[in-house]
Amino acid sequence: MADFKVQTACAGLLPVTVGDLRLTEVVPGRVTSLAPYLGSAGALSAAMQAAHGVAWPEAGRMTGQAAARALWFGREMALLIGPDPDESLSAHAALTDQSDAWAVVQLEGRQAVEVLARLCPLDLRDTVFAPGHTARTDVAHMAGSVSRVGPQTWQIMVFRSMAATLVHEAEIAMARVAARQNSPT
Amino acid sequence: MRLEGKGLIDRARPVSFHFDGRRYEGFAGDTLASALLANGVRMVARSFKYHRPRGVMTAGSEEPNALVTVGRGAAQEPNLRATTVEVHEGLWAQSQNRWPTLGLDLLAVNDVFAPFLGAGFYYKTFMWPRAFWERVYEPLIRRAAGLGALSGDACEDSYERAHAHCDVLVIGAGPAGLMAARAAAEAGADVILAEEDTRLGGRLLAETEEVDGLAGVDWVDEIAAELAAMPNVRIMTRTAVTGVYDGGTYGALERLAPDIAARGHAPKGCFWRIVARRTVLAAGALERAIAFPNNDRPGVMMAGAVRAYVNRWGAAPGQSTVVFGNNDSAHRTVADLQAAGVHVAALVDARPYARCDLDVPFYPGAQVCGTGGRRGLEAVTLATTKGEDRIAADCLAVSGGWNPTVHLACHMGARPTWDAARQAFLPPADAVPGMRVAGAAAGAFSTLACLESGLNEGAAAAVDLGFRAPDMAAPSAGKATYDIFPLWQVPGRGRAWLDFQNDVTVKDVVQAATENFRSVEHMKRYTTQGMAPDQGKNSNVAALAVLAEASGQGIAETGTTTFRPPYVPVPIAAMGAGGKGKGFAPERRTTSHAESIARGAPMIEAGLWYRPSYFPQKAETHWRQSCDREVAMVRGSVGICDVSTLGKIDVQGPDAARFLDFVYTNMFSTLKVGRVRYGLMLREDGHVMDDGTCARLGESHFILTTTTAAAGQVMRHLEFVAQVLRPEWDVRIVSVTEQWAQFAVAGPQARMLLNGMLDAPIDDAGFPYMACGAVGLGGVAARLFRISFSGEHAYEIAVPARYGAALFGALVKRAEDMGGGAYGLEALNVLRIEKGFITHAEIHGRVTAYDIGMQGMMSAKKDFVGKAAATRPGLMDPERERMVGLKPVGAVKELLAGAHIFDEHAEAVSDNDQGYVTSACYSPTLGHVIGIGFLRRGPERMGERVRVVDHLRKSETVCEVTPLVAFDPEGGRLRG
Amino acid sequence: MRLGCPICGERDRREFYYQGAALPRPEGEVWAPEWDDYIHNRDNLPGATRDLWQHEQGCGAWLIVTRNTVTHEVLGVALATEAGA
Repeated sequence: MADFKVQTACAGLLPVTVGDLRLTEVVPGRVTSLAPYLGSAGALSAAMQAAHGVAWPEAGRMTGQAAARALWFGREMALLIGPDPDESLSAHAALTDQSDAWAVVQLEGRQAVEVLARLCPLDLRDTVFAPGHTARTDVAHMAGSVSRVGPQTWQIMVFRSMAATLVHEAEIAMARVAARQNSPT
Repeated sequence: MRLEGKGLIDRARPVSFHFDGRRYEGFAGDTLASALLANGVRMVARSFKYHRPRGVMTAGSEEPNALVTVGRGAAQEPNLRATTVEVHEGLWAQSQNRWPTLGLDLLAVNDVFAPFLGAGFYYKTFMWPRAFWERVYEPLIRRAAGLGALSGDACEDSYERAHAHCDVLVIGAGPAGLMAARAAAEAGADVILAEEDTRLGGRLLAETEEVDGLAGVDWVDEIAAELAAMPNVRIMTRTAVTGVYDGGTYGALERLAPDIAARGHAPKGCFWRIVARRTVLAAGALERAIAFPNNDRPGVMMAGAVRAYVNRWGAAPGQSTVVFGNNDSAHRTVADLQAAGVHVAALVDARPYARCDLDVPFYPGAQVCGTGGRRGLEAVTLATTKGEDRIAADCLAVSGGWNPTVHLACHMGARPTWDAARQAFLPPADAVPGMRVAGAAAGAFSTLACLESGLNEGAAAAVDLGFRAPDMAAPSAGKATYDIFPLWQVPGRGRAWLDFQNDVTVKDVVQAATENFRSVEHMKRYTTQGMAPDQGKNSNVAALAVLAEASGQGIAETGTTTFRPPYVPVPIAAMGAGGKGKGFAPERRTTSHAESIARGAPMIEAGLWYRPSYFPQKAETHWRQSCDREVAMVRGSVGICDVSTLGKIDVQGPDAARFLDFVYTNMFSTLKVGRVRYGLMLREDGHVMDDGTCARLGESHFILTTTTAAAGQVMRHLEFVAQVLRPEWDVRIVSVTEQWAQFAVAGPQARMLLNGMLDAPIDDAGFPYMACGAVGLGGVAARLFRISFSGEHAYEIAVPARYGAALFGALVKRAEDMGGGAYGLEALNVLRIEKGFITHAEIHGRVTAYDIGMQGMMSAKKDFVGKAAATRPGLMDPERERMVGLKPVGAVKELLAGAHIFDEHAEAVSDNDQGYVTSACYSPTLGHVIGIGFLRRGPERMGERVRVVDHLRKSETVCEVTPLVAFDPEGGRLRG
Repeated sequence: MRLGCPICGERDRREFYYQGAALPRPEGEVWAPEWDDYIHNRDNLPGATRDLWQHEQGCGAWLIVTRNTVTHEVLGVALATEAGA
């Protein structure tokens, strides 16, 4: 059987650069949703720590480093990003492969937060939403996830099927923000 | 006339623009209004109803007269206020509501007939005949009375929307707003300072006041620079806060500066949603007019506006000015005009006790009782203690006092309160949670009082949020007291205007009161007072004072009308920003999207998804040819269809089986691992919610499918059951719709096709109908389900979405090699109608399991959502409309979904309605049209002839009632 | 309008789905008058209400929101798993 060609969610759509704003696709590798069973959150966190060195993230937070990250992803749900999930986790949580389910993009630039202000209703002020914070929210009418991975670097996720719409909407917002630069106030 | 050396305009940057086709010169910093006045243009508009000549009256966004259309072609924008349009190179503006020109307006004849056109005229005159309302009267009235018009062409200009958040939102950047912002920011709060003008300063830009020993303008520049340097302050100029909503949410319209808006990708403006924990409303006050006869001639202006044009824009509105007022504002105006070298012909102060220390002809206790002039003011008539006096003047500056801009404080329903001493409505206390009011908006009318009030309220807002109070003092400034003598109208010959924008006069309001429209809300609707784009900002208070007098009530008792958003007109395009195209509805694309388009398939929307309708081949010129071929292909060999759009939900946990027993009508705990079962879900009211298949992948691991349309609803419902109804059950639900690309492989050769690709071949014994399991596909871990929506021997194969495009291409190629190929939604629909399989055309929300013949699937052995309701006698009544097949048997073979069913010889009226058609198609397999419908006692009426009528599309067909399953009723092909 | 999700914090109303009155579900498989009250009958009085919402575009939690329909004041938001309908 011939090998099947792999296609990423944003294939042919990214990268996009407008001024100092840059939108690129992130290919996160293995993504597994973890949903702890009743009363098992503590045991799951311990198992995650033991197997992958990353703790269960509290609501709105990310834990871990590049090789293994845990991203809070909703009520009683987190995404384990990077490693194949250790077998020991399945005793404490429902594990579901989501490696292909999401379009993951990274937005960087001094004005990146202004682009996000045009895409989602979150309060993203430095004092409220620091690096390491994450939220599930509405991204241009799509159910999405917004995370701050650095001072001027953000990760946006929407359903894979909506990748083209995300890129389209982000591109418009980027162009508009860039057009305003040096605006007299 | 331009005044040398005056104003904040940039004389080094001359700008040319056009008004009504004529070229003029202005300067950067001018508004269209100030530039026209500087060029001596006084008549700029015709009035709404009587087409009276009108000139610029104010210097702000409240302007009632000077409405213009800006731009040409598709992007022309009507009804912009010349007082807020920034003059820029290439500006093209035109006057409105005149024909053919502003100077010669033939509809000015309306003014001659004015005695017949008063309040209530339309209601009394255009009553009969009724048929004329929409076809004759309305177009006529709209043509004669009106505003500017859109081009009617699609406009490519766009607005954007954005969100902003802060601790303290300060609305207005006059002395109060500047101090409030400074105080709150100094305390440490994140501050947004929103100002609708192009620059900060408010009235300080228009007055000659000193603050802190500096010229007011210099003090503004200083504090503006301080604010701009603070990292916790965001200054938003050109941004009008338009509405107040629950939870500290504010709507605001930002217009971009013309030079920015002209850049390639820049929007025209932005509609902001600002969320603030606290707000300081420092919106200032609006000066009000006095209703004296013929008070609407070009040249009659608000006194504060005259000062603004002189001081801020260096433009004298006239050569010789009369100033008329009932408060000290009039004196200040005289002083400023004289200081600028503009001749003042008279100061008319309605206060009998007034004194004057200026060198000007002074008339205390006098009133202006008339004006003269053709296209502009030429003379003013005074009623003095000694009789009438006529004075030549081309400008009349009027001040009837100040109305605090209370609008935003009243947007959540509260009414302002009347203050007799200041003759003004003041904002109600605590009317908007978290909002404080400062400065003139709160009735503080001296500069010092505004500065102090701003400082206090700004600091208090920050302290409310836990910040420490800033160590600040208000700067020194003028503290003139506000003395006012009530004067709303001056009697005399001729009409006295209240609402300049809607042409409402004192007489109209009095007439309303006479005809017993005494409630202010009734008066408003009867006269249209306050219903124009300015929403009565200039006139409502005076109008209700006139109403109060006419009806013998006090002003406080008369009260105001309701204040509603938006404070300034907001283009619908701005409110709907972000809602065009993909922004309105995100597009969901399957992994086979590009391949389908490459194969020429027209895509059709299914919810947010885009799916191929059919795959045309050469020589096929009509969709039916393609569809018929694709159906025959599936029935004869093998077809491939992307079914990834169906919802796929992973259900895991110790209580997973029990949970599914509860959400489905039928039993799932008895399903064996490796098997699939069809399931039906009800709503709690006993009606069908959705149907689909559910596969058991492991002891406590299921994957269920939903219809494409109901995927979101089912997911929400499952979470509802898990979290609200059965929180003690241990079950975890996650959508995997997007993880898997899934394709139907359907037809007699389906297994042969798959066995050419699977790592390990399957057979009927190991993989019978309704089996499922993990398979390998060139090393890729896939899932295979033997299920069928076509009635054929069929499978659905799922792979991680990254392989979707490749697998679709490979499957289609193999199918084509076997005489089959890809099929689209049209063929899929025909295949399922032939088999009597339902979609949401049938389970449209009003049908029960009984109606679709599935009452047998409602398990008696267990409880399930909707069980109690579904067993109500009315939902199991044989008389209900129940699902059957239909087949045309008369001369007409057309059958349309949506048509209604009647007894063969009954009249086709609603009383005789027996049911309706939900799905219909031509069946190439059977060679005739078939349909599915709901018919009273349907299953008991097999073989009966019925009349099927579509009144909308004028179609009538005689049909025979047939069994639901038109093709292969025994289902042998499924299992073959 | 904004709602304070117990998990995510205060969010814009467009992230939430509104369902309706939060009422305890009658148990049992046979139709009885209390089912009418659960499914259909509502007094719809102005003032304090107790409703079910879902933070659908957020964390997905079902919520019990008490609010005053006259003043629009949000009196409380609790997780349905804890507060119960």
